[in-house]
Amino acid sequence: MKIFVCLANVPDTTTKVKFSDNNQQFDDTGVQWVINPWDELALTRAMELKEDSGNNVDEVTVLTVGGLNTEPTIRKALAIGADNAVRIDAEPADSYVVAYLLSEYLKSYEGGYIVLAGIEASDYNGSAVGGMLSEFLDVPSVSAVSALNIEGDKVSLLREIDGGSEQVIAGVPFVAIVQKGIAKEPRIPAMRGIMMARKKPLEVIKGEAPEALAEMADFELPQVKPPCKMIEPENARELISLLQNEAKVL
Amino acid sequence: MEKRASIKGGEFIVKDITADEVFIPEEFDEEQQLIAQTCDDFIETEVLPNLDRVDSQEEGYMRSLLEKAGELGLLGISVPEQFDGFGQSFVTTQLTSERMGAGYSFSVAYSCHTGIGSMPILYYGNEEQKQKYLPKLSTGEWIGAYCLTEPGAGSDANAGTTKAVLSEDGKNYILNGQKMWITNAGFADVFTVFAKIDNDRVLSAFIVERSFPGISFNPEEKKMGIKGSSTRQIFFNDCVVPAENMLGKRGKGFRIALQILHMGRIKLGGNVIGAAKYSINQSVNYANERKQFGSLISSFGSIKQKLAEQVIKTFANESAVYRASKDVDEAVKQNTDDTISKEQALVDAYGQFAVEAAILKVFGSEALSYVVDENVQILGGMGYSAEMGAERAYRDSRINRIFEGTNEINRILVIDTLLKRGARKEFDLFGEAEKIVAGLDKYMGEKPGSTDYYERKRFYVSNFKKLALVLINAVSARFQRKLVYEQEILNNLSDIIMNIYVAESILLRVQKLESMNVPAGIEVYRDILDVFLFDASELMRKASRDIVYSAEADGNTDKYLEAIDHFSKSEGVNTRDARRRIADKLIDDNKYKF
Repeated sequence: MKIFVCLANVPDTTTKVKFSDNNQQFDDTGVQWVINPWDELALTRAMELKEDSGNNVDEVTVLTVGGLNTEPTIRKALAIGADNAVRIDAEPADSYVVAYLLSEYLKSYEGGYIVLAGIEASDYNGSAVGGMLSEFLDVPSVSAVSALNIEGDKVSLLREIDGGSEQVIAGVPFVAIVQKGIAKEPRIPAMRGIMMARKKPLEVIKGEAPEALAEMADFELPQVKPPCKMIEPENARELISLLQNEAKVL
Repeated sequence: MEKRASIKGGEFIVKDITADEVFIPEEFDEEQQLIAQTCDDFIETEVLPNLDRVDSQEEGYMRSLLEKAGELGLLGISVPEQFDGFGQSFVTTQLTSERMGAGYSFSVAYSCHTGIGSMPILYYGNEEQKQKYLPKLSTGEWIGAYCLTEPGAGSDANAGTTKAVLSEDGKNYILNGQKMWITNAGFADVFTVFAKIDNDRVLSAFIVERSFPGISFNPEEKKMGIKGSSTRQIFFNDCVVPAENMLGKRGKGFRIALQILHMGRIKLGGNVIGAAKYSINQSVNYANERKQFGSLISSFGSIKQKLAEQVIKTFANESAVYRASKDVDEAVKQNTDDTISKEQALVDAYGQFAVEAAILKVFGSEALSYVVDENVQILGGMGYSAEMGAERAYRDSRINRIFEGTNEINRILVIDTLLKRGARKEFDLFGEAEKIVAGLDKYMGEKPGSTDYYERKRFYVSNFKKLALVLINAVSARFQRKLVYEQEILNNLSDIIMNIYVAESILLRVQKLESMNVPAGIEVYRDILDVFLFDASELMRKASRDIVYSAEADGNTDKYLEAIDHFSKSEGVNTRDARRRIADKLIDDNKYKF
């Protein structure tokens, strides 16, 4: 069996977000790119599954839709342990485009497989690729997966539901949309992995992207929070007046 | 390539180097960046959250961290693959030194193990010794340490009195003596120990295992900083060391010690970059959150001045460190052949770049001192409190001006080594100096021949070199063989040479960056160069005048003062605005991203 891990290339979480072109574009000048944290956990789980020979996972492949600038993060995934990678060369314009291109690639794969996709990407928090991908592929999907174990030819999944969790047994192929908990913490690439990564195959295929369904109209930064107002205990009247007139909550 | 390989250590003082001859950190490739990121991730997830456990010397904890670094392969970066390492270049090793440098006490244990703890065996060990020890050291199964210093032999390392006597059956050396300030002593498994055989006047080196009989340890030293780093005295009482554990040949110990120190110095230069960047980030994070008088303190000129200066000094050090490190790699590449192993070529290169190594040690450690001191100042009361870690960084940094040869020893080394190279005619130091002195009238009228920004800067840096040469000529003539006793003057000269090397390194880096389309735009880098050159010129002028007045060059004082005024000149800079722009980029990024 093969595990595909979808990898989004996102700005480092400490990036100071700026916009250009009259707030129409994300300004990526000087941005450091990283593997989307949820995808990184998915990759960690994929590696754990492969390392246990009882699971019969032959190969872990990472899939990315994006340009040349995504290759350092792909190379990191290979250094962490993925066997090979495919970069679908296209602009990841929206979730629809990304899911469509991933599905076009996956349709050609004939063996049994599991696709792992992070529940969201830390850039636009779209949370849509995994679900759309399963629709395109016409395979089941399980969302909010926090544990995944292979048991013979079935896969046992734990998913978070309101007030508890539920166990799902699935047969391959399917798409698992994973959240935190799927693996403890991301792995740090070891020197040996880094050295091997340069020799691992990174296939680049041309993506025939459909027209994006979503269009970014405008970006806006969150409003800066006004400073906290401290009221002396004896000034209850002032507090009430502020709550009534300024905060308008009373 | 050939051009680069032709650069000799110390030669920069008589030769103008071009931007295409130097390596700059912006040229690190994808793989090197991945290695750096692994170091960052390791420091961030394993070390920084656990600093209290490290500094309280919790039993076994430091060792467990080193073992974890070993699992990631970070202890074998510069160990060849045949000994379970990764055989990386020196410049990559320096990149890891930098990144691991952010790890407070851990970085000292790491540097000790991967540097002076392991490298002597790689460089001077025979095949059996390498086979036996290196794989264990490379994976972290064993930890290494280095025993040179004794109570009566610190800077004067050859004064050590630890003795080695061959046993009657010729099978073992029996060691007797005492070593002190031994890093990693509390948990190291293997020690490179320097001792004198019989009545030798010079040192020999031995590989001593912790389990050998006759070795004992004092309790941990109580130190100002790097409290998590194990530092102990070691006693050898009839310690039995198998004869085959002698490292290198008899009497070659002092040479080994010196060469290893050259390596240690250049690596220290790398190490402090990581510590400095970490402190700068802490400074700017705090300045971007702390409000006084209704404004963020990062908006105040006094704070911007400090932030900018932290950046300038760190950028300067970084420019010089990677330039010198790549020069080491190039020398190795050029000199390795059928008769000279890569390791031999590397050791030779450390010696070749001894002047640069001493410069990097002094400049880097003093740059870090500035950065951590102002970090405390920017954080104010919180900086003085143990809560934020700024005081820890302040205390931890202090050792850098003491170990690997004190900065006093290294300042003397810079000029002393340069003069010896000149005397040996490795390059024409004195000839060039005489030429400048003879042509003083001609040079004094010179102005920058071009309006090009970099040509102008090169003109001034070239003049700084002429200044150094004029002074070398003057003091050599004045004191001749007694110059060695004029340490104050030598220190002044050394400061001038140090600033020349660093100034040129920044100039060449910024010039190279100009063609690389840097995301932040080139202007802020030019600001760094402008301010550094301006400050360096003032500093050199003062140091030069100190030399001339102190040397009492009879009758020539005016001539020299005039030459100093001309050669130390640089372009006037609005340092307030330039520093504000540098600080604004740091404040905007909220992180050191230069």
